[in-house]
Amino acid sequence: MISIVLLVVPLAGALLLFVPGVDRRWYGVGVSGVTLAVALGAAAGFGYGHPGRMQYGVNAAWAPAIGLRFHLGIDGISLPLVVLTALLTFLCFVYSLRYPPSGRLFTALLLVLEVGLLGTFLALDLVLFFVFFEVVLIPMYAIIALWGGPGRRRAAYKFILYTLLGSGFLLVGILLIGVNAGTLDMVALAQRHGAGLSHGVQVTAFLLVGLGLAVKAPMWPLHTWLPDAHTEAPTVGSVLLAGVLLKMGTYGFIRIAVPMAPAGASVWAPWLGLLAAIGIVYGALACLAQNDLKRMIAYSSVGHMGFVLLGIATLTPVGLNAALFGNIAHGLITGLLFFLAGSVKERYGTGELSGIGGGMLSKAPRLGAILTFACVASLGLPGLAGFWGEMLALLGSYQPAPGLPRATFLTFMALGGLGAVLTAAYFLRLLSAITHGPSIRKAPVAALNRYEYLAWVPLIALTLAVGLWPKALLDLTTAPVQLLLGGGR
Amino acid sequence: MIGFAALVVLLPFAAALAGMLLGRRLRPALVAVVPMGLATVVSAGIAVTQWAQPGVRAGTLTMVHTAAVPIGVSLEVNGLAADVALMVCCVALAVQVYSVAYVHERYSSYAAFVSLFTAAMLLVVYAGDLLVLYVGWEVMGVCSYFLIGHHWEDRANSRAAVKAFLVTRIGDVGFLFGIFVLGLGAHTFSIDGVLAAPLSHTTMVTGTLLLLAGVAGKSAQFPLHTWLPDAMAGPTPISALIHAATMVAAGIYVVARLYPVFPAASLAVLGIMAAISMLGAALAALAQDDLKRVLAYSTISQLGFMAAGLAVGSRDAAVFHLLTHGAFKAVLFLGAGCVIGVTGSNLLRDMGGLRLMPFTFWSMTIGYAALAGLPPASGFFSKDAIIEAAQSSVFSTPMPRTASSLGGALPGWCAWIIYLTLLVTVLLTGAYAMRAWLLTFFGEPRGTYEIREAGPLMRWPLAALAAPALLLGWYAVFSGELRPHFGSAALALLLALAGAGVVFLIWNQDPALDPARRLPAPLARAFQRAFYLDEVYTVAIVRPAVALAMFVAIADHKVIDAGVEGTATGARGLAGVLRRAQNGNPQTYLTGLLAGVALIALAVVILT
Repeated sequence: MISIVLLVVPLAGALLLFVPGVDRRWYGVGVSGVTLAVALGAAAGFGYGHPGRMQYGVNAAWAPAIGLRFHLGIDGISLPLVVLTALLTFLCFVYSLRYPPSGRLFTALLLVLEVGLLGTFLALDLVLFFVFFEVVLIPMYAIIALWGGPGRRRAAYKFILYTLLGSGFLLVGILLIGVNAGTLDMVALAQRHGAGLSHGVQVTAFLLVGLGLAVKAPMWPLHTWLPDAHTEAPTVGSVLLAGVLLKMGTYGFIRIAVPMAPAGASVWAPWLGLLAAIGIVYGALACLAQNDLKRMIAYSSVGHMGFVLLGIATLTPVGLNAALFGNIAHGLITGLLFFLAGSVKERYGTGELSGIGGGMLSKAPRLGAILTFACVASLGLPGLAGFWGEMLALLGSYQPAPGLPRATFLTFMALGGLGAVLTAAYFLRLLSAITHGPSIRKAPVAALNRYEYLAWVPLIALTLAVGLWPKALLDLTTAPVQLLLGGGR
Repeated sequence: MIGFAALVVLLPFAAALAGMLLGRRLRPALVAVVPMGLATVVSAGIAVTQWAQPGVRAGTLTMVHTAAVPIGVSLEVNGLAADVALMVCCVALAVQVYSVAYVHERYSSYAAFVSLFTAAMLLVVYAGDLLVLYVGWEVMGVCSYFLIGHHWEDRANSRAAVKAFLVTRIGDVGFLFGIFVLGLGAHTFSIDGVLAAPLSHTTMVTGTLLLLAGVAGKSAQFPLHTWLPDAMAGPTPISALIHAATMVAAGIYVVARLYPVFPAASLAVLGIMAAISMLGAALAALAQDDLKRVLAYSTISQLGFMAAGLAVGSRDAAVFHLLTHGAFKAVLFLGAGCVIGVTGSNLLRDMGGLRLMPFTFWSMTIGYAALAGLPPASGFFSKDAIIEAAQSSVFSTPMPRTASSLGGALPGWCAWIIYLTLLVTVLLTGAYAMRAWLLTFFGEPRGTYEIREAGPLMRWPLAALAAPALLLGWYAVFSGELRPHFGSAALALLLALAGAGVVFLIWNQDPALDPARRLPAPLARAFQRAFYLDEVYTVAIVRPAVALAMFVAIADHKVIDAGVEGTATGARGLAGVLRRAQNGNPQTYLTGLLAGVALIALAVVILT
């Protein structure tokens, strides 16, 4: 029941906006706050003894003629993502109290976006999953196209066309699985581990579904929509794009592609690993040469999601754990980074490193200190959230699943290690360039306001908490991940 | 017991959190010093208990299940850990007190990072699990980064901080992979589990060689040592704590902690690294202009001494030197801080005549004597223990390795190289210590400064550390294995005196001039630039990496994205072609329709 409430609250909130006079300043904060409270309630009532079991299940007939069911549920894999989504949306609304965009249309779009995101993580029917996956596109397109930077139109087109192309592959892949297996129930399909699907079907299905999800993730070389979309999107758009949207891709890999087509996964895993490893190094190198703050953080996402994909490619429980951990960590840290980038741009009037010039620690010490924290977290310092996902992904590729070429994955591990060094290099270069040195600005820089604190402190606290106590997250995901891979190991 | 160990780690950690969150609202000096004092008392209690009742005391808070090998959040106290932790606490306390008077700008954040660093170092020392150790290991690195860059207004400091972090990070990636190899080989990350596991020889060699990458980075050994001299850009108390006494010693500590899994092949590699480091750094120290850089190169050289001790099979000697070095090098750096405070310059050529600062003069004199290995200072005894071990590995049957019979002895040629390098380094150490001592304290003042002793908050920590720097060595006299041996002790003493004597004679000709002027000019330049290794790395690694990054950024736009956008252009072009047919002329449509029907009819006729 609580699964439905999670979707109904933001949806009703969005619909209510058609009623004149509802649109108050705190409306979005209120609705998303209630959603967050529901999500936290779900987390509080979650049966932590059985994180592998689907809880809060809803399973109703939807279109019986073609076997569609409205099937929702939460397990240890989706719970953290649901809470992350509700939290980031809420924080985006808080941030919007002070910074544009805001207004009736914007509130409605953001709430619809939240419905789509939550639905994607709750859905347990393949077509339902696809529907929510697509629901996300339109509001995000509109947010970029309406409130973006000077190149917004082009970036928005690129975003929507590219991801729609991916969705086409995804839909064909899903239907291929559904038609051949005779069911669209994701729980049942995951339990079968590909039984009833021929080898050829599995290989094709994994390729199609994987292509669709890889665009979203994004996986190198299908990533080029991302820097443009991020650079042009307004701050909250970037936060949700990096914080949650990208996770839909990797979540799909773990929930659909790997368990439902395991034979296909074994065939494609080395290729997935290769592209992931290239993405790690490539993303880091691209960052090293960027001069725009938002563009650089966008490319850093390519690298970080490379670690997530590498974890998936190992097809081991520890690798999938790494991917899920990396998802959450990246959502928290990169969400924070994009908030910071927005505030920096707001104050300095530019996102160019050379334009900001340096000396932020003297002009705006708090802003500089939080930016430093976020960068250090993002470069994977142990004790903060970013480390565990990367470390476990590398650990997974040190010993990939049986049947995968070990030497190849050792090479990927080495590439991942190189990427970790380069990641440190570009973040420290960033900090050196804008927080250190003398300030070239004469005018003072505004201090942080309370909306910024409200939006950022939860992210900082969670980055610390998850980093210091990774057990909390790993205990949630270990059991379901082992189920998805066939129990045993 | 393990609860107390946890307390020792958590006290400075709490101080760091309080300092960072509440900042100036509390009294930052008290927040920094009081928890550190408590931690020192507790760690002393642990060490005394450990001396009275030796044994291993371990505790695990919880196991973190990763779906592969679990990580144990565990601490362990043993003799080695208890001693090193006590040393760390003492130096950290002295440095915290000293910093109250020394650091004025942004003191609260500075003190908080020092506290965080201390907590991380203590975590490394007490860690019972390899990944817990790694967490402390990396947090130390980032604290080092922040503290080197404490005066970030100057871009040069910022660069030095970045360099220190990146160079050590390269080694740390290898270190992490080494942990994987050992941990997955032993099916546990617990240190005792790894030491007890029946590992194959290949696993041990691969794992330990990878660990050595991290050791070389943290302990500033060739080829990853280049960050340490630049790290002297940080405030001087930081150099004393992080870049002399504790963090750089962590690499040596880890090898000592995991000693039984180090096979001879890995120890040989460590020994060669150590030989290159100690000799090269000693030569470089001979020609530096900057007092702190002299001390930095001397740290690299002395860490090489410890690594050599490990390589020739004497863990106890290496750890003994680690402890004495921690004391005397901290004294030298804190003393250098007092000197720099008076002269306002780091350069030796701006100093001179400072023996009128009695506390500083006598403390540093003890420090230099210990560094050069002159009795009765502590360094004499600890150095002798290492040289004795090397000598016996060359001339007699190899020293029995503690708890390990694997891998056999060090190859003979390797033992010879280490032994001879040790002796040459002793000679050079005497020389550069003498030069720095003379140029700082003797002759006429070469600057316009008023000579006065530092304040009590700086003076007393210095004196407090000078006591162990002088006396710690006598422990060896009463212990079995480390007792000085006449032959090696006399040889080392003679060499040190010879090195010091030559420098003294040259200096005595004209006390106003630098004795290093007698080095041939090209040689002096090579020493000063530390054999141009920085330049080599810039050309061979940094520039290609930056060029590659530029290439990727451009290629991403011009190749991959152009491909994507090309599909849009292509689609539009294709649409343009197809649109020709849709021109709205019914005649064309009708013609097309008829042609289609004709084609289909033809196809049916032919194909059926």
